[in-house]
Amino acid sequence: MYGFEALTFNIHGGYLEAIVRGYRSGLLTAADYNNLCQCETLDDIKMHLSATEYGSYLQNEPSPLHTTTIVEKCTLKLVDEYKHMLAQATEPLSTFLEYITYGHMIDNVVLIVTGTLHERDVQELLEKCHPLGMFDSIATLAVAQNMRELYRLVLVDTPLAPYFSECITSEDLDDMNIEIMRNTLYKAYLEDFYRFCKTLGGATAEIMSDLLAFEADRRAVNITINSIGTELTRDDRRKLYSNFGLLYPYGHEELAVCEDIDQVRAAMEKYPPYQSIFSKLSYGESQMLDKAFYEEEVKRLCLAFEQQFHYGVFFAYMRLREQEIRNLMWISECVAQNQKSRVHDSVVFIF
Amino acid sequence: MEYIDRLPAMDLMRSEKMMLVQLIIPVESAHRAVSYLGELGLLQFRDLNDDKSPFQRTFVNQVKRCAEMSRKLRFIKEQIHKAGLTPSPSPAPQPDIDLEELEIQLEEHEHGLIEMNANSEKLQQTYNELLEFKMVLQKAGDFLLSTGSHVATQETELAENIHVNDDYAETSSLLEQVGSNFQEMLPGPSNQTGVRFISGIICKSKVLRFERMLFRTTRGNMLFNQAPTDDQILDPATNELVEKIVFVVFFSGEQARVKILKICEAFGANCYPVAEDTIRRRQITREVLSHLSDLETTLEAGLRHRDKALISIGFHLAKWMNMVRREKAVYDTLNMLNFDVTKKCLVGEGWCPIFAKTKIQEALQRATTDSNSQVGVIFHVMHSVESPPTYFKTNHLTNAYQEIVDAYGVAKYQEANPAVYTIITFPFLFAVMFGDWGHGICLLLGALFLIAREKKLGSQKLGSFMEMLFGGRYVLLLMSLFSIYCGLIYNEFFSVPFHIFGNSAYRCRDTTCSDSRSVGLVKYQDTYPFGVDPSWRGSRSELPFLNSLKMKMSILFGIAQMNLGIILSYFNARYFGNSLDIKYQFVPQMIFLNSLFGYLSLLIIIKWCSGSQADLYHVMIYMFLSPFEDLGENKLFWGQNVLQVILLLLAVIAVPWMLFPKPFILKRLHTERFQGRSYTALGTSDIYDDEEPDSAREPHLEEFNFSEVFVHQMIHSIEFVLGAVSNTASYLRLWALSLAHSELSTVFYEKVLLLAWGYDNLVIRLVGLAVFSFATAFILLMMETLSAFLHALRLHWVEFQNKFYSGDGYKFRPFSFAALNEDED
Repeated sequence: MYGFEALTFNIHGGYLEAIVRGYRSGLLTAADYNNLCQCETLDDIKMHLSATEYGSYLQNEPSPLHTTTIVEKCTLKLVDEYKHMLAQATEPLSTFLEYITYGHMIDNVVLIVTGTLHERDVQELLEKCHPLGMFDSIATLAVAQNMRELYRLVLVDTPLAPYFSECITSEDLDDMNIEIMRNTLYKAYLEDFYRFCKTLGGATAEIMSDLLAFEADRRAVNITINSIGTELTRDDRRKLYSNFGLLYPYGHEELAVCEDIDQVRAAMEKYPPYQSIFSKLSYGESQMLDKAFYEEEVKRLCLAFEQQFHYGVFFAYMRLREQEIRNLMWISECVAQNQKSRVHDSVVFIF
Repeated sequence: MEYIDRLPAMDLMRSEKMMLVQLIIPVESAHRAVSYLGELGLLQFRDLNDDKSPFQRTFVNQVKRCAEMSRKLRFIKEQIHKAGLTPSPSPAPQPDIDLEELEIQLEEHEHGLIEMNANSEKLQQTYNELLEFKMVLQKAGDFLLSTGSHVATQETELAENIHVNDDYAETSSLLEQVGSNFQEMLPGPSNQTGVRFISGIICKSKVLRFERMLFRTTRGNMLFNQAPTDDQILDPATNELVEKIVFVVFFSGEQARVKILKICEAFGANCYPVAEDTIRRRQITREVLSHLSDLETTLEAGLRHRDKALISIGFHLAKWMNMVRREKAVYDTLNMLNFDVTKKCLVGEGWCPIFAKTKIQEALQRATTDSNSQVGVIFHVMHSVESPPTYFKTNHLTNAYQEIVDAYGVAKYQEANPAVYTIITFPFLFAVMFGDWGHGICLLLGALFLIAREKKLGSQKLGSFMEMLFGGRYVLLLMSLFSIYCGLIYNEFFSVPFHIFGNSAYRCRDTTCSDSRSVGLVKYQDTYPFGVDPSWRGSRSELPFLNSLKMKMSILFGIAQMNLGIILSYFNARYFGNSLDIKYQFVPQMIFLNSLFGYLSLLIIIKWCSGSQADLYHVMIYMFLSPFEDLGENKLFWGQNVLQVILLLLAVIAVPWMLFPKPFILKRLHTERFQGRSYTALGTSDIYDDEEPDSAREPHLEEFNFSEVFVHQMIHSIEFVLGAVSNTASYLRLWALSLAHSELSTVFYEKVLLLAWGYDNLVIRLVGLAVFSFATAFILLMMETLSAFLHALRLHWVEFQNKFYSGDGYKFRPFSFAALNEDED
């Protein structure tokens, strides 16, 4: 429904929307990426980045640099910006902003649990966690032995608690059911976020449901591809798909029975928006699928900025920055490992 | 006309003559040459490597090295700041060192500092641990001392726990748990060794969550005791004092122990073993205390050592930072230069004022000899079609006015500079609006204060507001002087008239003065010699009199200033040899403005001189509506009717005069110039492009677009014609603001100060005085100054400058070390 958002949006959201649009104009452009791709060493990258908004975050780093430092500092900038926005936000924008981090929270939980399963040091794991997905008692995750304990001890305090209702079992944790847990959690999270955006109504609901539907569909495809050849049954697979999105419900039926990548492709090509993604790939290939999806996502996220008076820009900005950091990481890795020929493989230009 | 040429050149009127020079510098002396030029600060380099990204340039490694060094310097500065020291340059002269040496020294210093920090951090860590241990020993000891009663308390505690759990026991699984717990725990209290404890210390902020987590994991099967510590502990990471809390957890069972330890680890709680019997505990406490005092002395010694090192570095810090900054600037500049074909020389291009030529050559010569180079620097002047940068040599006083003009737009190269006139007209127009010599004196005192402390204030960092005031101190000075002058003319001192120049020219008709308000006064002597007669104040005709005076005055000032603007456009056209602009723009503009509003000014002056009572509105309006009608009683001088008709005709002719001829003549000139040459011209420009790919010296032939030129001219003419009316009206703001200012100050004086003075009560008088002075300071001196300033600014930017000023130049930004330091500070 289109209300009269233009009339009242700026009372609470105007300042932050201006802020986020300002942040967006600081994103690296294609020219920046072209220059970055020509760099010979990590110091060159630092030098180039020092002319961008990352400058102040990198200027005090001693050479020689590491890829991790660059990524860490760039993430720090994102986190600083996020915290600034969250501190300024009022309801319901603050809830919306918090929703954005739940995805990282799920990833962090999975990371720590998997890490403890393989007996890694907790501190080391904590350092690897995405700072946006941190919560107070995250370190205590290591204590838990099974899902039930995980829930009862730690997660009951976190916003993730309601998402857990689907996956409380007393089975011991192993890689397989951690992965299932991640997907179940993600499903619940996306559905919840989707519902929340719907309650916000207006342009936010329209734009966010589009973006989230894409996210859900992408996850559905990824789950399908990753579960081909594993012992996951069709019904279990079907359960991991989110209950909304373009593919819901008929596409899900088809994906659930897919046995190889070409069947996935056949299923997906029935949907015009995804046809273009798959038409870029040759048959039997799934390597480039990620990049194709990322490109499509970036395109959709950029479009979110075309409209005013909605919260989708915050989501879009956070996602675009994350994509940018992924790009920087890839470029830095390629430069550091002298693999410059592969530098364009995974970089998604944003503008 | 020759007379104008023979006038001495005005420095500020035209920007300095510039020239494009090319430097061919041998590589060995390049660095020295550029740094000498930086000291001189009179050459603006052009970036010849615009297409290259920063890391593809020649001296990228040196730039990186400098960046690295400045990073180290920043690190050291931060360390000094953290240690609470202030870096001060040492009084003793410092030896000069070169960059390589500095780099090595910085490396050493940084290394040393990091090592010292690491050591002291390690020590601090151990110290903290011991301190925490001590605290745990003390506090946990207290808990354990009551061991006798402890068992009993735990028993009751457990019972409570079970009770609590019963409340929650709705789900069967929980019930089961409680039952099993109860089974497990039953032997607990009876068996003393079954109950064990872990003691430790944790941040105060985490203690609640910690306790809850413990409760959950052990299913309430534990006893948590806590006590706040007496003093805070220094967190080595953030250098802040943190409050911590000592806890003792009693529990039973091995599994619980493992879990609790894990939780402790996850929460960053440090666990320390505490012996159960008192004697051993005392012994350990003693040991810890002795260790602590040892460590304390070591830590202090380490700190002293570090501080000493930092202080010794602090002596040089400012100098080193300056040096690195300069060095980086030199390499950044060198990166703008090109290598010539032989790779032995660097080629640079740049703008410099002509007067600086010898100085630059001298500096280059010096660089050659100092670096023992075989080949000198080749310095030659190039021709350029590109417009040179604009450079005005300003001093303290003129700088602020130049800034006012530059804020609108930087003058085109060699264009007439309005700043010359702004220096006087700006403060004057301000003062017309701000005329009150009491307020003027206040402003003057402020300006004098700023100027007297110029040296001191100039060297320190000011807030943005003070910075602005300080920057405009000379503007403020002149503004206040003119305000005093205008205030004397208006005869207002905080709105009170003074009899400075003798007695009023008017007096009452008789001794009772009863009819002074109704019939008026009589003039009995000559007109008041200077300014407004004080008797006008408070009279019934005060406002009509002052309004008429100020309104006419505003129009006179406006017409004068606009005429000055148009005359400046003549000087511009003359200077650039553009006779077209003189004939078809300057002349008709002059005629148009003066035939209408110049005539009005004339009428005003005649009216003032003759004391006629003619209605000028009527004259002006009927000059258009019915030019041939007789003026009647509004006639001011003989032949006015005829003159009016002629002026009207002239004004009507002037409009098409400035609109049509210029574009047509331009078109004719263009076709004449390129008749039959258009094909060859295209060909040659292509060849030029091939020959000089880096910078095509030949201008690309502009296509002449008649409609565009015509539309442009039309806009320009319409703007002028309409502008003549609206700009004249715009000058009436002088009257409006002056009126507002004087009325406002009258209100404050009469309704606040005089009203309060009417009471015979000290408190009311004081309150009245306070309100009056606050209103004067904040409303009249600050807000009114600001508004009058802004209106004066507008009159200059719009009404004055749009007559002649194009303002599309760019500023001369020479490569200079002095400017560099300003930027950084």
